[in-house]
Amino acid sequence: MGFIWFWLVAIMLVAYVVLDGFDLGVGILHVLLARTERERQIMIRSIGPVWDGNEVWLVAGGGTIYFAFPLLYASAFSGFYLALMIVLWLLIMRGIAVELRMKIEAGVWRSFFDGLFFISSALLAIFYGAALANVIRGVPLQADGYFFLPLWTNWTIGPHPGILDWYTVIGGLVALVALAVHGALYLAVKTEGELQLRARTSVRSMWAALFLLTVVSLIASMIARSDTLTNYKNHPIAFAIPLVVLLSLLGILYFSRKTADRSAFACSCAYLAAMLVGAAVGLYPRLLPASTDPSYDITTAKALSGPHTLHVGLIWWSFGMVLAVGYFVFVYRMFRGKVTLCTGGYEH
Amino acid sequence: MDALLLHRIHFAFTITFHYLFPQLTMGLALLIVALKSVAIRNKDERYNEAARFWARIFAINFLLGVVTGIPMEFQFGTNWSQFARTTGGVIGQPLAMEGVFSFFLESAFLGLFLFGEKRVSAWGHWAAAFLVFLGSWISGFFIIVTNAWMQHPVAYRVLPNGVYEVTSFWKLLNNPWALLQYAHTMSGAVITGSFVMSSVGAFYLLENRFAEHGRIFVRVGVIAGVIACITQIFPTGDLHGRYMAKHQPAAVAAMEGLFSSQRGAPIVLIGQPNEITQQIDNPIAVNDVLSFLIYGTTKAEVEGLDRIPREDWPSPLPLLFYTYHIMAGLGTYFVLLMVVAAFLLWRGTLFETRWALWPLLLSFPFPYIANTAGWMTAEIGRQPWVVYGLIRTSQGYSKYVSAGNSLFSLLGFMGMYTVLSILFIVLVYRIIDQGPVAGGQMPEPESASLLA
Repeated sequence: MGFIWFWLVAIMLVAYVVLDGFDLGVGILHVLLARTERERQIMIRSIGPVWDGNEVWLVAGGGTIYFAFPLLYASAFSGFYLALMIVLWLLIMRGIAVELRMKIEAGVWRSFFDGLFFISSALLAIFYGAALANVIRGVPLQADGYFFLPLWTNWTIGPHPGILDWYTVIGGLVALVALAVHGALYLAVKTEGELQLRARTSVRSMWAALFLLTVVSLIASMIARSDTLTNYKNHPIAFAIPLVVLLSLLGILYFSRKTADRSAFACSCAYLAAMLVGAAVGLYPRLLPASTDPSYDITTAKALSGPHTLHVGLIWWSFGMVLAVGYFVFVYRMFRGKVTLCTGGYEH
Repeated sequence: MDALLLHRIHFAFTITFHYLFPQLTMGLALLIVALKSVAIRNKDERYNEAARFWARIFAINFLLGVVTGIPMEFQFGTNWSQFARTTGGVIGQPLAMEGVFSFFLESAFLGLFLFGEKRVSAWGHWAAAFLVFLGSWISGFFIIVTNAWMQHPVAYRVLPNGVYEVTSFWKLLNNPWALLQYAHTMSGAVITGSFVMSSVGAFYLLENRFAEHGRIFVRVGVIAGVIACITQIFPTGDLHGRYMAKHQPAAVAAMEGLFSSQRGAPIVLIGQPNEITQQIDNPIAVNDVLSFLIYGTTKAEVEGLDRIPREDWPSPLPLLFYTYHIMAGLGTYFVLLMVVAAFLLWRGTLFETRWALWPLLLSFPFPYIANTAGWMTAEIGRQPWVVYGLIRTSQGYSKYVSAGNSLFSLLGFMGMYTVLSILFIVLVYRIIDQGPVAGGQMPEPESASLLA
């Protein structure tokens, strides 16, 4: 059961990052790529009908952690308290910015929400990357299963790190660039004309940075956690995952140059998924490693809920996921194709 | 201030602000389905215009509910980690189900409901509105199941490592407390929806603008309102109160201000509880009524606070007494107002009766106050327990999150929610000022984002 729920949660978080990732990417690029009011509207509209549903993966994933691994939920959420509160505020600001921007036709109003959209999206990407890096690096868990991390201490990976140190900052930067690329590829699929061209160009200029940061982050992970590769050495087949990372990175560049936007976007999805799955393989069966003492690690076995909870959970979860996937297919079909400014809205 | 108090205020503040929005979402969703049903049945386009108008207010309200709702689930982990750790195996389940079964549904069909009217048939659009309604009411159900287990834990066992596990999922969903609480809460949400709708209608009629739509709003609001206001008291409030008296005697004694157990217990209509002298100051009370309300006979004995150990008294006790009385008092006012309005509506004179339209216009804040007071009654009444009889609130909070950190984020939420309130009021006022489309003015083109 621990194995099953570990991977079910991982799948939900991968779905969240791949889906909401392009919303965040569009937000990061919003003030950089769009030159006119019309282009800004198109960018917002490209994610307008879907961002809310994408964000539900975070809420549903959080809920699933809550009932499947209550100890993890309690320990991680209270230990990362300050960062999580900031993430919640950023999520509020992002949602408000996307939806309220168009409500009043005034330059100041719209510019304000453009700025808010950019800042909240960029910081969310950085915080998510840093969060994953924190999990990989480990946290100073105590014997009672809890810890508390300040936002930063001396920026080094010591026994008492902060949420931000040199390693987690790298994680944040990888996420920032990766989601910006992801968003640009989504825009290339959803838009036409000059905006589309600019989105493709931006991919090419960001790609080298992404490649470099990816390599640096993989090496840094081995420094931050010496036993990262244990699972890989025991199951060499797992080395296929970093290979997927590499191939999909190359695929992004290749297909983007050939203006095969959908394939490039698919590669970007594969890249994000492989990065996350790769981290999960390195962690398993640990959910949250301890930097203090390996016996304090929060593992699947330690955090798992009771058998009846998990048994019933598996039944409704499977049923619910079938429904959810159905809704997503429906919505994405409904709003498929290029974004235009004449559809939607109310009939008058 | 100590950490426990700050964590309590943190949750109380964020949940109180959050629930201002879902109560209108759930109430309005039902009324919009009603408007759309009439539009189809009578082939009356004015009802479609009315539905579109309310959809615009619904959209902003829904957005505020979404963004203020995400912090709620996460606070179980951040501020109440010890509680989350021990009970996640029970209440984590309905919370996760809310996301999986309700939020996915709502997010999928809200876009279609708000922008897809041209893309689908009249029935297709009705179905989208219905599914949004269904999603919001399913969401309410799972939240009530969660809260009901904290109020009245059923179907659980304790595992060797001290954490709770559900033993019968079916019994968890069928918790009698949950069913009563759900009926009472949903009825309360419909009251908010119908008061807001009839208030806007009365505004248009008194202003003599959009009068045709104003009449529709008042008619639908009053009909839904009179039904919901009566069911709020009888049977839902009555049954819920009796069940509560059986299982949370301390809460009921404190709500009613009954310091000493007695036969023929009086009901205190107004007064100020004094915890030191253990009596109600300046009471206006009616003898025997409390015994009758709870047990159906004036001679029955009602348990007072004197039978309950001091450390098990709910706190803050005076606040519980007041919130309960505010809820019950407003609930009584709602029935009076809506019965009179419904009578005038039946006689066909309501739309011209200014003395009745004025209170309809001015009463829209009261259901918000009553719903909030009702929830405060439930939540303070449960104290000093976070899970009634099993886990004390003082054992539930995050020991590693200091008072300073909790105050930091509490102030952050207060600042942010102040801004959200201003934005909400400005934007909703603009929609009401622009009015339904057929009034002659055309609203500016809407964006095609999901909730625009």
